[in-house]
Amino acid sequence: MKMKYWQEEIETASRETLDSLQSERLIATVKRVYEKVPMYRQRMDEAGVKPEDIKNIKDITKLPFTTKQDLRDTYPYGMFATDLSEVVELHASSGTTGKQIVVGYTEKDVHTWGEICARALVAAGADETDFVHVSYGYGLFTGGFGLHYGAQQIGATAIPVSAGQTKRQVTILEDFGSTILCCTPSYAMTIAEAVEQAGIDASKLPLKAGIFGAEPWTEEMRQYIEDKLKIKAYDIYGLTEVMGPGVSFTCEKQCGMHVNEDHFIIEVLDPETFDPVPDGTIGEIVFTCITKEAFPVIRYRTKDLGYITREKCECGRSFARMSKILGRTDDMLIIRGVNVFPSQIETVLLEQGFAPNYMLVVDRVKNSDTLEVQVEISADMFSDVTTALTAAERKLQIAIRELLGIQATVKLVAPNTLPRFEGKAKRVIDNRKLHD
Amino acid sequence: MAIKQLSIFVENKSGALADITGILAENSVDLRALSIAETQDFGILRLIVNDTEKAAKVLRDKNCVVNITEICAVAVPDTPGGLASVLRILADANIVVEYTYAFISNSKKDAYVVLRINEHDLATAEKLFREKGIREINESDIQSL
Repeated sequence: MKMKYWQEEIETASRETLDSLQSERLIATVKRVYEKVPMYRQRMDEAGVKPEDIKNIKDITKLPFTTKQDLRDTYPYGMFATDLSEVVELHASSGTTGKQIVVGYTEKDVHTWGEICARALVAAGADETDFVHVSYGYGLFTGGFGLHYGAQQIGATAIPVSAGQTKRQVTILEDFGSTILCCTPSYAMTIAEAVEQAGIDASKLPLKAGIFGAEPWTEEMRQYIEDKLKIKAYDIYGLTEVMGPGVSFTCEKQCGMHVNEDHFIIEVLDPETFDPVPDGTIGEIVFTCITKEAFPVIRYRTKDLGYITREKCECGRSFARMSKILGRTDDMLIIRGVNVFPSQIETVLLEQGFAPNYMLVVDRVKNSDTLEVQVEISADMFSDVTTALTAAERKLQIAIRELLGIQATVKLVAPNTLPRFEGKAKRVIDNRKLHD
Repeated sequence: MAIKQLSIFVENKSGALADITGILAENSVDLRALSIAETQDFGILRLIVNDTEKAAKVLRDKNCVVNITEICAVAVPDTPGGLASVLRILADANIVVEYTYAFISNSKKDAYVVLRINEHDLATAEKLFREKGIREINESDIQSL
């Protein structure tokens, strides 16, 4: 049965209802973490804030921030707000940027996680008749499980394929009749190429939608994947520290990711002053969990950059909408003093007709930073005349300079020679030894 | 009247050319003519072979980027000034040659020369060749090599 929403009442609730629900849940959460988590108590005491100072959602700015470093310092269980006996599941962050962190879920938390993913699935058109092919990694990474639980909550069939073995992914898409694919956008690209190489006409597959996330990707990349796999591509956002995938999701209007505000409070802050910025202004996204039992983070600094709008979406949902992640303060490259996000270069590449298979190599030559953009040549842009190809290189170089104000060298490379990714893409090689 | 040429993208790294010609060798593709254009970071290998479609397929199966271009080639007298006279005809008609390369023919009298001419000038060039009695070679000439 086609559904418009998974939980219509809350997903379309009025702003007043959401505000008062958030206030009530924030007050209870702050009170609980102050009692149960020594780190939060200590931080609040240092800041001179008592739980009773938090009277409504506006008071959230009185609370201290939580950073990834805090979670590392309290590794493994120092931030847990329930007895470990109530924890039914553990996950860990990938540890790509340092020591891993551990998060826990009570039975209710697992249910909440499934619920928010069920909302994302329904927004992508899923119902109990669907086959949800989950190619996020299953394991300590939160990727696979949320959508798995979500699929089961709506009564759809979850296929826990996990990441990797790309040829097998294609076989399963074909033989099991997967209708919804869930993975990182880079892996969706890899799968799309494998479908093409297997000589399969993507439009003949039962696949109708994809829910992609866990790494920043551009609108151009979304359209590229839609075209290659002949599906509608939806965005899902989340992070292990807050819950995992499902914190926010796009609907069929594709106009931002609806934040599940009954479970999370979103703030957007100036990355330097940490003051709230107005809706529509880019800043660092900060989350507070207001229903989570085992691992509720307070004002967690995600390092993801984006903006929000609170206008009601045409789909009827009233949750605040996040923009796509425009970059991570971590991913930002500073090249000759200019801030560069890989996603900006991805946009230019796709606009110029290149495939989004690229690597950025940053180096320092004679005390000056260099940026080389390696991009695979595609059959439709190849020519027997060298000038046609050097012109394409030159055009790309000019477009990058116009956008970023820096000179990059462009290197065309043969197809299928740059790395392919099963999980999060790593498209930057920084050879500058800035920190030793 | 035109012959088919393969163009193949080649990265500037050792072994790239050996790999491509190796794939053709394994599939018994016979090379008739060859030229390479190189830039700072890549090259374009242009080939005339006995079986263009097969060569393109086996190379694409190995993830090479391959184009097939219809290209004009003529028989020129294998004597001093033979090529110059053909190029003069094109020059006088303001027709630009993008690139050219020569290869041998079965006959001792002639050499074969590929002339890459812009698509919009091609018909004019072919008309001039006919008027001046310059013979364009075709696929059967390639097959008989």
